[in-house]
Amino acid sequence: MNAIRTEKLTKYYGNVRGIIDVCLSVNEGEFHGFIGPNGAGKSTTIRTLLGLIYPTSGQAEILGKDIRKQKHEILCDIGYLPSETVFYSGMSVGDIITLSAKLREKDCREEAAKLCRRFDLDTSKKIDELSLGNRKKVGIVCAMQHKPKLYIMDEPTSGLDPLMQHEFYDVLKERNEEGATVFLSSHILSEIQQYCKYATFIRNGKILKSEKIENLGHTEMKNITLKGIRALPSSKHIRNIKTEHDTVRFLYSGSTRELLTLLQQLQPQDLTISEPSLEEIFLHFYTEEEL
Amino acid sequence: MIMTIWALELKRGRNALLIWAASISLMIALCIVVYPEISAQMNDVSKLFSDMGGFSAAFGLDRIQFGEFIGFFSVECGNILGLGGTVFASLLGISMLSKEEKEKTAEFLLTHPISRKRIVAEKLCALFTQILILNAVVITVTATAVFIIQEQAPIDTLALLFLSHIIMQLEIASITFGISAFLRHGGQGIGLGTTITLYFFNIIANLTEQTAFLKYITPFHYTDGGNIIADKTLHWEYIAIGVLFAVIAVFAAFWKYHKKDIF
Repeated sequence: MNAIRTEKLTKYYGNVRGIIDVCLSVNEGEFHGFIGPNGAGKSTTIRTLLGLIYPTSGQAEILGKDIRKQKHEILCDIGYLPSETVFYSGMSVGDIITLSAKLREKDCREEAAKLCRRFDLDTSKKIDELSLGNRKKVGIVCAMQHKPKLYIMDEPTSGLDPLMQHEFYDVLKERNEEGATVFLSSHILSEIQQYCKYATFIRNGKILKSEKIENLGHTEMKNITLKGIRALPSSKHIRNIKTEHDTVRFLYSGSTRELLTLLQQLQPQDLTISEPSLEEIFLHFYTEEEL
Repeated sequence: MIMTIWALELKRGRNALLIWAASISLMIALCIVVYPEISAQMNDVSKLFSDMGGFSAAFGLDRIQFGEFIGFFSVECGNILGLGGTVFASLLGISMLSKEEKEKTAEFLLTHPISRKRIVAEKLCALFTQILILNAVVITVTATAVFIIQEQAPIDTLALLFLSHIIMQLEIASITFGISAFLRHGGQGIGLGTTITLYFFNIIANLTEQTAFLKYITPFHYTDGGNIIADKTLHWEYIAIGVLFAVIAVFAAFWKYHKKDIF
């Protein structure tokens, strides 16, 4: 069964494009990344799935249930972490976590305590005193304490320090291994590459591609800047060449051995190798017509 | 989920309720306590107002006997509770639904398995509960103050006065609650504006026959102390129209909140 399935899901805010004809399929048990630049339509898709906003047209099902007709049942099985975690002012961390459990009519005290320990969260602190990262941790506990079947996480690691990011993904992996589905939106490619088995790319409100991470092949692609060079030899692995004075930037998708040989030939004064931007990845995968 | 949102709203509104209840009660208690000292001069005040014609009529003062405690109470305390209570009710009502989006807590609340209808229903209950608590405090303080000064006050007339004010506050709270469902960013000005407009409608309605139809629109008319004391009953025809406005507003709130996009 599909954990998430959408069919031509479209949302317009008046005349403004939200998402257009989004067809998305996430199987149960998948660890699925949803990737796209800011404003691509990731949050609109998620908000539509959760029933916060209503689709202009199209259909969507979560865990086999219609998002319009069976919203209550769907929300019982979902743990949602918004990109911006905001809670009621004046309440303590413990109050918020308890409130979330009460709203679900569940006793989650044991699981909440475990999660708070893992995320080093002080439940006696007031929400207003918390940093962005600590508020995010409260959101994570609220989303996970009832052990849902489907985790929908919108930009989950923004604000978390690297140690907590690691812990967060550890917990998610554990839940995924126990059978839960994870649907995670991000604009950070490395995050998706590292943890997800599948990825769906979205841009300008439209789905570009949905693929197994290992099939995407972009892991070999690098953004390379060479100083002291004015021209490059032609190669099928080199594209997007930009020359400025004595500096050349290009995308390289060949093997490391070939790259080292190339560099030996060119003898640059300086060299920078970095991860390509999302835009560059998109351009790598799709022709302008497809975009 | 036994009224979780209702309890949450009461907790969130606790401080504001405490301050409003204390302020209104204190002002009413002060008025009552000073009455024995100024009661002797009050007959002259009654005569003064009765000689002022249309101006007195506009404020409903032409038929009030200030020499009697109930007359004094209906004007002085009526104004404090009338304005204070309705401003409290309108500010509370106008923010009840819209504050979730304004304070960005809507995403947290609405991604839990609770229907929007339930959210509206529990918030409406919380709104009415807070208004009833405010009035319970005011009535208790009034009773205590009246007992202290040992004035004779007709209980049935006092009860009718308080009942009319409670109905008015519930009506204004319902109307602003209905408006709240259409807003995303607070709207305290709209809430306050609604109350002040309805207050002035009552003054204008008392001025001439041409504007008398406004009596059917403003709830301040059915709380008029002069009428209640003279007739020893409430004017249910005006109240019925007010209740109709309130019911329409509440239905509008359910309808709009159910179908709106929440950001």
